[in-house]
Amino acid sequence: MNLQAEIPLDYMIVLSTIVFFVGLMGVLIRRNLITMLMGIELMLNAVNINFVAFNHYLFPNRLEGHFFALIVMAIAAAEAAIAIALIINIYRQFNTVSVDDVDELKY
Amino acid sequence: MNWSTLSIMRLEVLLTFMVLYQLIADLSEKENKRSVIDFTIIFFTIITFIGFLPSENTTLFGSMYINDELRVFFKNILNVSTLIILLQSTGWLNKPENQSKTGAFYLLIFSTLIGMYFMISAGDFLMLYLGLELATLPLTILAAFDKNLRRSAEAGIKLLMSSAVSSAVLLFGLSLMYGVYGTLHFSEMALLTDASTLSIMALIFFMAGLGFKLSLVPFHLWTADVYEGSPMPVTSYFSVVSKGAALFTLALVLYRVFGSQPNVWTMAAYILSITTMVVGNLFALRQKNLKRFLAFSSITQAGFMMLGFVNSDALGMNTIVYFMLIYSLSNLAVFGVLSIVTNNTGKENMDDFNGFYSTNPRLSLIMLLALFSLAGIPPVAGFFGKFFLFTAAASKGFYILVFIAVLNATVSLYYYLLVIKAMFINKNETPIPNLPSTGYEKLALSMCFVGIVVIGFVSALYDYVMLVVG
Repeated sequence: MNLQAEIPLDYMIVLSTIVFFVGLMGVLIRRNLITMLMGIELMLNAVNINFVAFNHYLFPNRLEGHFFALIVMAIAAAEAAIAIALIINIYRQFNTVSVDDVDELKY
Repeated sequence: MNWSTLSIMRLEVLLTFMVLYQLIADLSEKENKRSVIDFTIIFFTIITFIGFLPSENTTLFGSMYINDELRVFFKNILNVSTLIILLQSTGWLNKPENQSKTGAFYLLIFSTLIGMYFMISAGDFLMLYLGLELATLPLTILAAFDKNLRRSAEAGIKLLMSSAVSSAVLLFGLSLMYGVYGTLHFSEMALLTDASTLSIMALIFFMAGLGFKLSLVPFHLWTADVYEGSPMPVTSYFSVVSKGAALFTLALVLYRVFGSQPNVWTMAAYILSITTMVVGNLFALRQKNLKRFLAFSSITQAGFMMLGFVNSDALGMNTIVYFMLIYSLSNLAVFGVLSIVTNNTGKENMDDFNGFYSTNPRLSLIMLLALFSLAGIPPVAGFFGKFFLFTAAASKGFYILVFIAVLNATVSLYYYLLVIKAMFINKNETPIPNLPSTGYEKLALSMCFVGIVVIGFVSALYDYVMLVVG
């Protein structure tokens, strides 16, 4: 069965856009730092869907999009590692991971 | 074996050696790290001089890496700024609680610098993204460097969250660009650019992502908190080197890749410029903490930089680069004086500076010149930077924008003069005592001083910028 004939590119782009903005809303609305980090990962994965879909449907001869997706995954892992280290540091200082309570710096 | 590649990527290679040296030097058991500091500064001075040697205009790695005179010039500006910051940071690193962290500090600083060089030299958006992340991730650790201070931990997490969101937004723009053009190479994209709806959307996402790094309004919310929470040398690194690298990258992408479609991005620059100048000014007016004050002042200056982008000719880019050069030196002078004060007394409020002139006349004179330069008062360099930016915008007929910018420059003069008034006119029973400064700090301040006074009068430099921007 040829999947490509059944799922048009538009569906992929709609999916990735929805995932991206769900992630953005997650970062903006959730107050827990770990959940916000998950929102960021969703945004990055939406980008990966975009890259892989565009590469597969529109430019199948060059692998630029696939490679970009791989590199984005690697960097997302590095980012998560640093984020978790900093969140642990926040927990040690403030005894919480809720952004509402981390309010030392204000106008 | 072809060794010419190494001579073209010499700055990156040397900095990688620097990073390795810091890793090894950190292993030594010695309590006193002064020899490491001395060696690092001498070695980085040599790197700065090597940066000025002539190099070949060429591309490497299948045009992933571009080297030309303009990019080398950008790197030289960043090199000199970083050298000044390294000289200023000696006072902070010599404090007993920071001595064990010397190696880590240098390691992270040089890693971000390598990232910025790859970002500037990128010939492909993949390389640009990798450089950007290499520049951003160590910076978040630097912001949280005083890890036992609550405000530093908070600054780190705030920077990390906002920069992660911004790079995701930037990446979404890149993925749309890839969908439109089918390639991410600068040279191929420059031939394909059009004004289709999707490519405009992609460019807006991209500009939003870099706008975070440049702290343009409405993407500026992290700036003041991170500047206040970070240690002093890191704050000056943020406001000068990190901002400079983002500005140069934005200029290269807009003028070199999307240069054939200026109507797409000049309008965005117009709006960003106005919002950034106005909001930055309004918030700077009510700040009492000098670090927060400088954060909003640097937001305002970023607004002035965006003014240059409304001119899509070479003149626009030329004035942006020239302004950035002057802004770096003026801002570094202010931060230099401030870091001497905070290192010795821990004070960073505007009221603490009352009567500063009576005890520290030389430091307050340098601060005076630097603030005049930031405000744009004629004899010092800042005036010329702003004047050329206004000329560039006016030559394209954006008179209303120039009018708003002049109004904002006047408002900014008011709050810069507030600091000067505190230093020279306000009376204080117990002013800050006469502060000792190390030889390195004196050298850094005199480099800034010479730069601020001389750059405005040496037309050769402006002509050189004109030549390399072409």
